Amino acid sequence: MNTDSNVAAGTGAGAGDQPGSGWLAQARAEVARDPDSVTRAFAFTARRVGRAPRRPGTDPAGVVHGTVDDAARAALVVALADAVGTGPDCAERLVSLYRQGDAAERRGVLRGLDALTERGDLGGSETVTDTVTARDATAEPAAGPAPLVAAGLDLAADALRTNDPSLVAAAVGPFGSRYLDQHTWRHAILKLVFQGVSLDAVSGLEARADDELDRMARDFAAERQAAGRPVPADLDRLTTTPLSSTPLSRTKE
Amino acid sequence: MRILDPHIHMTSRTTDDYEAMYASGVRVVVEPAFWLGQPRTGVGSFTDYFDSLLGWERFRAAQFGIRHHATIALNPKEANDPRCREVLAEIPRYLLKDGVVAVGEVGYDSMTPEEDEVFAAQLQMAREAELPVLVHTPHRDKLAGTRRTLDVVVESGLPPERVLVDHLNETNVAMVLDAGAWAGFSIYPDTKMDEDRMVAILQEYGTERMIVNSAADWGRSDPLKTAKTGHAMLAAGFSEDDVDQVLWRNPVAFYGQSGNLVLEPVPGFTEGAPPTPGVEFEGSSVLRGARA
Repeated sequence: MNTDSNVAAGTGAGAGDQPGSGWLAQARAEVARDPDSVTRAFAFTARRVGRAPRRPGTDPAGVVHGTVDDAARAALVVALADAVGTGPDCAERLVSLYRQGDAAERRGVLRGLDALTERGDLGGSETVTDTVTARDATAEPAAGPAPLVAAGLDLAADALRTNDPSLVAAAVGPFGSRYLDQHTWRHAILKLVFQGVSLDAVSGLEARADDELDRMARDFAAERQAAGRPVPADLDRLTTTPLSSTPLSRTKE
Repeated sequence: MRILDPHIHMTSRTTDDYEAMYASGVRVVVEPAFWLGQPRTGVGSFTDYFDSLLGWERFRAAQFGIRHHATIALNPKEANDPRCREVLAEIPRYLLKDGVVAVGEVGYDSMTPEEDEVFAAQLQMAREAELPVLVHTPHRDKLAGTRRTLDVVVESGLPPERVLVDHLNETNVAMVLDAGAWAGFSIYPDTKMDEDRMVAILQEYGTERMIVNSAADWGRSDPLKTAKTGHAMLAAGFSEDDVDQVLWRNPVAFYGQSGNLVLEPVPGFTEGAPPTPGVEFEGSSVLRGARA
């Protein structure tokens, strides 16, 4: 029996710098040979590579920038896409990993979509549109979004509904920044502020922030002040002029 | 006194219980999947239940500083309903999940052929998943049920040290220990075992491979029975180390065989402080009233 190893999460094969990197390399190779093995690897990831935050200094809970197991699962998603391509089969597999996964596994799928987005490999060229309506109006009826993008948008929508801060944060990375429609994206950003999660979680914040988000941030600040509650400092990042320098000065609790 | 309650159905308990358990020394719990009083009628209600054991309940426990784990299985009572048996196809994927430390509760209720079949199938799933097994012994005809349980375990080829046979009493403890399995005792307010009978059994059989739980659930039960048994042991002359063995090291050794037990304190938890505001699971919080 292995009662000594039952607590430790980072007991990898010893290769590489990070605990568990040997295991991860093996698991990726296994996914390349047998794509179905990703299900088991996804379930075991945290036990093999650990659950530590990626940037413990600024993000001790691993909510904003994710955890080492998030990053490892993202690498498994990339290995899966390399093995089965970025078509409907991959989309179906990611949806299943997400739906049958616990919260950590779900983050892994979302962060995997981020990794695929960053290397420009989602099998399509869907562009950011202003609203759902605008998207519908401009979509080419024959083509539509690539299967991975469509699946990813469904999963991101699910993550944003949960109110689990780590899932919301994982839904506004490069994938969300690139593909969420503007209305959904704005609400995701405000939700992070509401939950007290640093906007450092958001990929491409400055590029996508707009006047409407500025208005929503100001309204939210006013609502907080009316209730005599503190105004989150991150709201300043959403407005063109700092809220703290306007007459709506920050309240103290 | 540090305590791992190796069998408690927290889904049926309140946040007051979590707070009182923490104060009494409970730091880790294992919640076996079981029946809910109201019979289930289909696979979906099992998978939602399993998901809640691995999701919502783990979150809820952590808000009170307690590490929560689960055992997953189709229980013997519902194994008799063909609509429920279809969940067997879903169980292997749950056995891979983080925090699943055993297959259980399996075993017998009325000792029907259906129960035999489902029990044997799940013992094989445990072998394949390399997990230990938590076995429930029947409330009725307990002695015969325990004997048959041990026979089926031997037939399955599962090593006996991977099996915890639960709900034992004076009449069947020797049989289980002789078979090389772990002996579990559920300490209840009235029925089954009480603290003093438990102490007498420990005096007779020693503290090796002996495990004590509260089995607290939706019936009359007491989630502090583990701590109360520890105090009864001390009053009867057992040492602090004996108590630690029975209430902590033994269940850690048994479930540790899964390689899936997390014992570190919950990060950021401070005893006596209210749960962190704004922390939610799937849109729900353990807090009431004003939220961040």
